[in-house]
Amino acid sequence: MYSAKVMEFFLNPKNIGEIENPDGVGEVGNPRCGDIMRITIKVEDDHIVDVKFKTFGCAAAIATSSMITEMAVGKTIKEALELTNRSVADALDGLPPIKMHCSNLAADALHAAIRDYQKRSH
Amino acid sequence: MGTIYLDHAATTPVHPRVLKAMLPYLQEQYGNPSGVYHLAREAKKALEAARERVAQFIGAQAQEIVFTSGGTESDNMALQGVARANRGRGNHIITTSIEHHAVLDTALALEKEGFSVTYLPVDEYGLVRVADLKKAIRDDTILISIMYANNEVGTIQPIGDIGRVAREHNIIFHTDAVQAAGYLPLDVNRDGVDLLSLSAHKLYGPKGVGALYIRKGTRIDTLLKGGGQERKWRPGTENVAGIVGLGEAVGLAREKMQERGARLRHLRDMLIAGVLGGIDFARLNGHPEKRLPGNAHFIFEFIEGESLLLSLDLEGIAGSSGSACTSGSLEPSHVLLAMGIPHELAHGSLRLTLGDGNTEEDIKRVLAVLPPVVKRLRDMSPLYSQNAEVSNC
Repeated sequence: MYSAKVMEFFLNPKNIGEIENPDGVGEVGNPRCGDIMRITIKVEDDHIVDVKFKTFGCAAAIATSSMITEMAVGKTIKEALELTNRSVADALDGLPPIKMHCSNLAADALHAAIRDYQKRSH
Repeated sequence: MGTIYLDHAATTPVHPRVLKAMLPYLQEQYGNPSGVYHLAREAKKALEAARERVAQFIGAQAQEIVFTSGGTESDNMALQGVARANRGRGNHIITTSIEHHAVLDTALALEKEGFSVTYLPVDEYGLVRVADLKKAIRDDTILISIMYANNEVGTIQPIGDIGRVAREHNIIFHTDAVQAAGYLPLDVNRDGVDLLSLSAHKLYGPKGVGALYIRKGTRIDTLLKGGGQERKWRPGTENVAGIVGLGEAVGLAREKMQERGARLRHLRDMLIAGVLGGIDFARLNGHPEKRLPGNAHFIFEFIEGESLLLSLDLEGIAGSSGSACTSGSLEPSHVLLAMGIPHELAHGSLRLTLGDGNTEEDIKRVLAVLPPVVKRLRDMSPLYSQNAEVSNC
């Protein structure tokens, strides 16, 4: 039911973990729903220079988490805020319909981390 | 390396003896049992022989067996048929919160038609309390439907006690014995059962065929309208090959019950001991003793069931989960929730159900593969690191 790309990212996810002393932390979802994503970011000169994730959830949740970390690195804050859950799903060659709303939260987690960064730097 | 199949509660392969019994009825013995010529009479004879075998399997009489398309149809017919035929006597149905959806969703549909339904709770092991049943009985209760053994966690219900209570109150008693059949000795008279659902494909028989036992004299409506097959209880040309397969499968199950049970219990206990001994934050669900011989059901904290199943699949191990993500809903297993297991834990469940094809080597392989798979997913899980921090404090 998953695309080959989802399976590849599920099996070999990149950027697992947590950045020490991050500039921003974002966590979305809750254990009740079965999906939690926690994203930490490092920002230099308005650019995201490092992103790591920890995720509790299904294969789609893990693959989208990994994908967003790769999509976000090197982007400006403005560019990163333009990433959407939809663009993450598209980059994974799509997700099964049922997963589009329940496990496709990676961009939300990234945006939460950016908001946290913006709050801290003001 | 071949697949290690550990999902026998979902379905089983057709036993070679069953296939051999069925094959003639797909080709040379293709007659419609309703006909009058020789070919038809041969099919009819096979049908009635299978009916006799199914009856013997549960201690019933042959004319009390109706062949259906499987467990779901049998459950639907039992609930809908009894409810509609007994409306004049009462409006109340008692079932449990851990039934298969074939019963639960039928009960919900009957509620929409105006019936009143009580869903009995279960204890932490998934057991129905007979005292709760007694309390739930009303003057207008017409049907009690309680499964023999649970399909997810394998807990075996006190069916004999429930049957006695139903009998004392003169209430029709249905049990879904789809999972219990072949593993527990069924006897409708001993247990006071009026209706009993069976399915062939859980018993090394073919998919798409089952039976409903209807005690003589039970008031019940039919689901389908049509021809005179199954004495009009279940119109439609009979699935002769499938029914012959069901007959052979229950015959086989009867012969092998002792041996099968002992073998599966041994493998299951080896699996349970290995998992609980080898993985932290793992727990067994269901009753420690009152459980089906082939059922092992675990929760691994901090991880989600679908990730676990996919990871095991890549290692050639086929299991199942009550995880919301595998069922296409956001809610995890209703059975685990009814047992009082919190949502976040219920998401991390793994059901492994053993069968004839499994060996000690299979169990050893699972015990070797499972710990690193669980560790990999936990290392990714924010819940695990938070918990590790807590336990370090």
